[in-house]
Amino acid sequence: MSTITPAQVQHIANLASIPVSDEEKKDLAQAFEETLAVVQNLQSVDTSHVEPTHQVTGLENILREDVVDTDHMLTQEQALANAKQTHEGFVVVPRIIDQD
Amino acid sequence: MLAKKTLTQVLDLLEKKEITLEELHKDLHAAVAEKNETLNVYLTVNTASAEEAAQRSEAALRGIPIAVKDNYCTKGIRTTASSTVLDTFVPPYDSTVIANLKKAGASILGKTNLDAWAHGSSTETSQYGRTLNPRNTNHLPGGSSGGSAAAVAADMAIAALGTETAGSIRQPAAWCGIVGLKPTYGRCSRYGVVAMASSTDSPGPMTKTVEDAALLLNHMAGHDKYDGTTADVSVPDFTQAIGKSIKGLKIGYVYHSIEGLEESNAHLAKELEVFKKLGATVEKVEAMDPHYAISVYTVVQRGEVSSNLGRYDGIRYGNDRSFFGAEA
Repeated sequence: MSTITPAQVQHIANLASIPVSDEEKKDLAQAFEETLAVVQNLQSVDTSHVEPTHQVTGLENILREDVVDTDHMLTQEQALANAKQTHEGFVVVPRIIDQD
Repeated sequence: MLAKKTLTQVLDLLEKKEITLEELHKDLHAAVAEKNETLNVYLTVNTASAEEAAQRSEAALRGIPIAVKDNYCTKGIRTTASSTVLDTFVPPYDSTVIANLKKAGASILGKTNLDAWAHGSSTETSQYGRTLNPRNTNHLPGGSSGGSAAAVAADMAIAALGTETAGSIRQPAAWCGIVGLKPTYGRCSRYGVVAMASSTDSPGPMTKTVEDAALLLNHMAGHDKYDGTTADVSVPDFTQAIGKSIKGLKIGYVYHSIEGLEESNAHLAKELEVFKKLGATVEKVEAMDPHYAISVYTVVQRGEVSSNLGRYDGIRYGNDRSFFGAEA
């Protein structure tokens, strides 16, 4: 039995914006438990003398000039081609504000 | 049967005009048609490959078609990353590696199956069914580049592209008995490749021979202004290294003895002997205990993946997030 509650799973699912069924919540609670154990495993490692590794490429601040790159542009038609709903050249987005 | 040839052999035959590009494409498409239903290697087949190839036949790769893992954006050709979220997604642009290969003369044979979003090592998490291992259909091809590995092993492709985040090129290559090369991170551009873990994803070649892999890498690799993590270094001719002696080369090995995997110790020892006989020196290197390494990977990978999958909102393209499979 998992110590992670369906409510907690639902909370994570809301944050991840992924709908989950009650059945899935049971499996996910178990999976979350296992994942936490895998991470908890790291607590036993002494890293007090270890330099953090935050990147391996050695690159810094890759910038570019703020100019238009026409090779890197989509036409309006291309940009809208895969959208489920469009309206007069716009992508239609689900309503996010309840009141007008 | 042209489909059984290597990339290098086919290039030679085309150059000497002993075969036509049309024949090559026809043969490969026939091989695909014959075996795809059983092996489930390709999710999308590019029936126009021959026409497209004809326009590039003068360039280095002479119009040869390659199989492409379905997480590389290919302009005009459906790209799903083996997830139904992207079931009808047709990219309006080519990933840089694809653009590079097209410029070098390659064409696309089709898009191969993978673990959905590249999250896996068996191709079992694909939302389009698993791929079978051509060497023995009771076995899996490995993953996540299982489709590409199987394509090459089954002679359903002359060569293929894969990506590796943590083993996904080399492991399926090993399981299918082909060559898989994971280039150094930053060697090949990730621009246009469906992101898994942005700090480790590495596009790379999967081929029948090492020579083919070197040749393909020559054309895949390079600094890309659209991918800020690519190394700004020139691309050497990797084929020049072939046939050279490895005397004096120092090779490090890790994990010489993992609890529960003692069966592999003898194999590793045998391989090290091969290197020693060829004149290389071989040295044991200490690496993090795999139990910890896996935990570190889990934290890093899941953090990056959850961030990278955040863009799939089903609004600008693709289906909504309810389409994500159980693994995702």
